[in-house]
Amino acid sequence: MTASNLQKMLESGNFAVSGELGPPKSADITQLKHHAHDMRNHVDAYNITDNQTAIVRTSSIGVAATLIQMGLEPTVQMTVRDRNRICLQSDLLGAVSFGVRNFLCLQGDHAKFGNEPGSKNVNDVDSMQWLQAVKNMRDEGVFIGGEKLEHPLPPIFIGAVVNPFADPFEYRPYRLAKKIAAGAQFVQTQCIFDIDRFERWMAKVRELGLHKKVHIIGGVTPIKSIGAARYMQNNVSGMIVPEELITRLKGAQDKKQEGINIAVETIQRLREIEGVAGVHIMAIAWEEVVPEIVERAGLYPRPALA
Amino acid sequence: MIVGERKPLAEIAEMLKGFKKVCVLGCGTCVTVCLSGGEKEAAETAAALSLLWQKEGKDGEIKTGTMLRQCEYEYIDEYAGRLEEYDAIVSLACGVGVQAMATRLPDKIILPGLNTQFMGYPVEQGVWKENCLGCGDCVLDLTLGICPITRCSKSMLNGPCGGSQDGKCEVSKDVDCAWHLIYERLLKMNMLERMEAVQPPKDWSKSHHGSVRTRVREDVRVDSQ
Repeated sequence: MTASNLQKMLESGNFAVSGELGPPKSADITQLKHHAHDMRNHVDAYNITDNQTAIVRTSSIGVAATLIQMGLEPTVQMTVRDRNRICLQSDLLGAVSFGVRNFLCLQGDHAKFGNEPGSKNVNDVDSMQWLQAVKNMRDEGVFIGGEKLEHPLPPIFIGAVVNPFADPFEYRPYRLAKKIAAGAQFVQTQCIFDIDRFERWMAKVRELGLHKKVHIIGGVTPIKSIGAARYMQNNVSGMIVPEELITRLKGAQDKKQEGINIAVETIQRLREIEGVAGVHIMAIAWEEVVPEIVERAGLYPRPALA
Repeated sequence: MIVGERKPLAEIAEMLKGFKKVCVLGCGTCVTVCLSGGEKEAAETAAALSLLWQKEGKDGEIKTGTMLRQCEYEYIDEYAGRLEEYDAIVSLACGVGVQAMATRLPDKIILPGLNTQFMGYPVEQGVWKENCLGCGDCVLDLTLGICPITRCSKSMLNGPCGGSQDGKCEVSKDVDCAWHLIYERLLKMNMLERMEAVQPPKDWSKSHHGSVRTRVREDVRVDSQ
């Protein structure tokens, strides 16, 4: 059983590029398949979001099955918001059974933000515990409850998310250390707009030697409009969008092009930071710009791996 | 204490359709202290309902009373005689009191006049906050007195999540991030190492999730063998 493409890319020291696909509020994933196809030569793997911002959508695992049929590599996001430990573990086994190898363990936005605000937030385990549970299933062959798996799992690649833009800022590098101890092999960050703060976080991460224990993938989101920037600034939890960035967009003739320019510059700056192992491009509802961003950032063509 | 909020008058009036002699019954303990279902609130509720019935030209009578504790049989037994004349009782006690009353007085119609909300305490005059979920496995030693199960919106044992900003929870600026508070408390007490170890999954079977809980102390039972 071989490692995933994303794992090989990171472990061979190549600067990884992952993309993101947001499933629709319907069972028709035609458009999502087009997006996946259009960026297939530009990304190493695709995150598939799990009912992002607590909005009901086609399941991450369902879309992953389609991607695998297309010969593409999914990273299945799994939040602990909607499933108890029975369902989480069962879904993980199901996804592994048809070939998913990359998993990203998250807590998930509170259901209050979504289109079912009256639903019950499960949170049976938290994101840290889920991360450790996945590692234990793979490495020790045990479920959370202590029972043994009937057969060992293949070498799955376990990821987590970290947010350098959340508080308390001083604790955030230690929280990364905790996620590494729990089992994270790679981490993706919240969208980076405040790169100065990100650099301060990375400095502490390096001081603790954490960049040598985990692959850190920086989150990048191209801003499509001033409205989108304002929305992220005010409505998306755990995000910092500096005012200077909005001022820059305001001053630009072509806002969209400027949004792409900023994303490209961010990636170029991230590549210069010691300990950043790749980028994760989240161009939700603007997937068509991913190839241009990857090319202009000098990350195309993607390295061919053995 | 148990904190609740009186139901909207219209909802109580709707419950009372078909009844003629009604008692709005306050409870003298928790809900008195949290100013939602004591003697004063029972009297106000009865007066407001009477006025409503009057306006609607409805025939009937609404009176009021208060029992010291609706959640204990001995207090219910003592008060029961005064409830005989009514065909419905609107209890302003918490859900525990309503059920104790309905169980002890099975021939009576006991209706809830209050929405029971949480276990908490007044953090300042007029403001009550939720503090305990009764999970059956207290972790307040770990966090030095700040409950993450109750006060973290996601009940995390390994927080704070990525939604914590400026000390506030992603859910609302009105909600403090419990893990931010825990971090600051541990920092102040020089005990931050308590946040280092990964806390294992919680055993929710000790909470309501393990089914309905009963506590028995054989040594104090009167009818025990």
